[in-house]
Amino acid sequence: MSFLGWGNYPKIAGRVFNFNKVSTLSCIINKYDELIAYGNGRSYGDSALSKNIINTKPHSFFLNFDEVNGLLHIQAGVLLSEILDVFVPRGWFLKITPGTKLITVGGAVASDVHGKNHHIEGCFSESIEMFNLMLPDGKIVKCSKHENVELFMATCGGMGLTGVILDVQISLKKIKSQYINQTTIKTKNLQETFEAFEKYKNTTYSVAWIDCFAKGKNLGRCLLMVGDFSNDGKLDYQTKNKYKVLFNPPSFFLNKLSVKILNWLYYGRVRKTISKQRVDIDTFFYPLDAIDNWNKVYGKKGFIQYQFILPKEVSFKGLGNVLKEISSSGKGSFLAVLKLYGKDNNNYLSFPMEGYSLALDFKIEKGLFELLDKLDGIILKYGGRIYLAKDARVKKEVFEQGYPRIGKFRALRKKYKMSEKFNSLQSRRIEI
Amino acid sequence: MNYVLIIGAKSDIAKAIARKYTKNGYDLFLAARQSSELETFANDLNIRTGRSVQCIELDILSYTLHKEFYNSLEEKPIGVIVVTGYLGNQKTAQSDFDEVKKIVDTNFTGIISLLNIIADDFEKRKSGFIVGISSVAGDRGRKSNYIYGSAKAAFSTYLSGLRNRLYDSNVQVLTVKPGYVKTRMTKGMDLPEILTAQPEEVAEDIYRAQQKENSVIYTKRIWKLIMLIINMIPEWKFKRSNI
Repeated sequence: MSFLGWGNYPKIAGRVFNFNKVSTLSCIINKYDELIAYGNGRSYGDSALSKNIINTKPHSFFLNFDEVNGLLHIQAGVLLSEILDVFVPRGWFLKITPGTKLITVGGAVASDVHGKNHHIEGCFSESIEMFNLMLPDGKIVKCSKHENVELFMATCGGMGLTGVILDVQISLKKIKSQYINQTTIKTKNLQETFEAFEKYKNTTYSVAWIDCFAKGKNLGRCLLMVGDFSNDGKLDYQTKNKYKVLFNPPSFFLNKLSVKILNWLYYGRVRKTISKQRVDIDTFFYPLDAIDNWNKVYGKKGFIQYQFILPKEVSFKGLGNVLKEISSSGKGSFLAVLKLYGKDNNNYLSFPMEGYSLALDFKIEKGLFELLDKLDGIILKYGGRIYLAKDARVKKEVFEQGYPRIGKFRALRKKYKMSEKFNSLQSRRIEI
Repeated sequence: MNYVLIIGAKSDIAKAIARKYTKNGYDLFLAARQSSELETFANDLNIRTGRSVQCIELDILSYTLHKEFYNSLEEKPIGVIVVTGYLGNQKTAQSDFDEVKKIVDTNFTGIISLLNIIADDFEKRKSGFIVGISSVAGDRGRKSNYIYGSAKAAFSTYLSGLRNRLYDSNVQVLTVKPGYVKTRMTKGMDLPEILTAQPEEVAEDIYRAQQKENSVIYTKRIWKLIMLIINMIPEWKFKRSNI
């Protein structure tokens, strides 16, 4: 069988093992190597691709819910969307959620995902009470912020390279509505964008869409969306019908001109500098989930989602340089998402640090990898790093400089013989 | 409370049915052998839907215990869905009578023993529904699975008679005839995708048909047409075929 990440690049022929029972999993781990856990296939690049793939989706029972404290214990293959379906109507929401709900809980741990509230509430690991991890020798260890702390810090953000996450206990947060009161702020340039982020830094959720085709005095103009849950008591949450991309459009469909027009329309559709809306959970948190397989619009060759973060004090300068480089290359991206992050955590390979992150989609085409290498250079110069959950191409040296705790991670992998059992194309490429 | 009793609750189809019914507000008795293995599943349904789901030990082949089993249910169900089935091995069954007995008893005798008891109760109460999962294999005997097929044919006939008997008592009887279904039972078989249903699809069809009080359904629906055509083939032609 062939396997792809969400970016449809790269592709690998692999064998798949279904993880139904813990007993069968330990047999698989005992017998094979080059193993990597694969959840719902939403990591963009090659972090969940290997010769031997453990499909964790069948391992998806809800195990316990403590109504008093909002503690939910689930098996690793449960999708975040399943949690929302069950718990939003009862007034609970995920403390931390990324921009898609179509990922498994195990995947959320392994990428230590974050969301629009990172600047206030941190990464997914902040919501984890504990999880059980199967090590290369088949032993199961309970990990938390107090127990097996080293393994906890390596596994949260560890890209599945420390073993297989079996089940996770997370704490949910109380909500009084499934609606969010959203404010949209339209800015004219990067300076204004940064000022707006600062101004709204106490609002729980915030994210900005940037027009990366804008040049000169318009460089860095954006629509910043901030908001928090309403208190109106309406919890009638139901997933809407999805749209589907029925075919791979020819690769010229998204070209410089069409993306430029899309950007112009998107930015231009908001007229007022500040406007207010009331939107539901799916619209606010998961706009792209409404289209079942939106990744197909980039054509058969696939795309790269390039996400980096820069320390706060150099973000303005660094971002300016990156945006200039992109806009002069002409390889614009329609989905360009900017966000302010809060303090980093202690996990060895978690992506966030205090600063600004930009995520961009690029269709794979001639000259792209050269451009990205150039951008890598700028990011390193400013002390930033690349997000592994999205990556399919970063070079070892670039990765290493961005993640100062990699030494600890490698040492732990060696100590538990993880590097002999668990590997992905990504871990081989950047040698972790 | 509205309990539905699912017999043979360990199968993939039964689990899909259980999900569908709890989602729609029904409580469940899940009956199977070594029913303790279903506890995690039952607990999962309970957390997801808030419905009560109880696992109860039942061996469909222990006929003498069936009455006791039914009487032990703390609340009488408003409906029963029989998913029990054993495909067996046709080749083995041709020479090994133990295999024949296992196929016939699991797919027919055992179920009849239990359903007789339940049907009496529903008839007395003048309400309830009985759903039996038979098979398209029971519509015409083929060399590749005629022992399984004849047990299913007997079951279909039993359900048809039961439907006739219970009509005046306001008890609904639904015969379900699945074609290929992607489950553990058919694992490793090379099934044509267009004719193969997912367990969730079967559960969906069953729920809809049961709510609409249908009598006989095929799932996927295309199997109705396929079986119509197969049944029209004259025997002199059919006996030479390799369907």
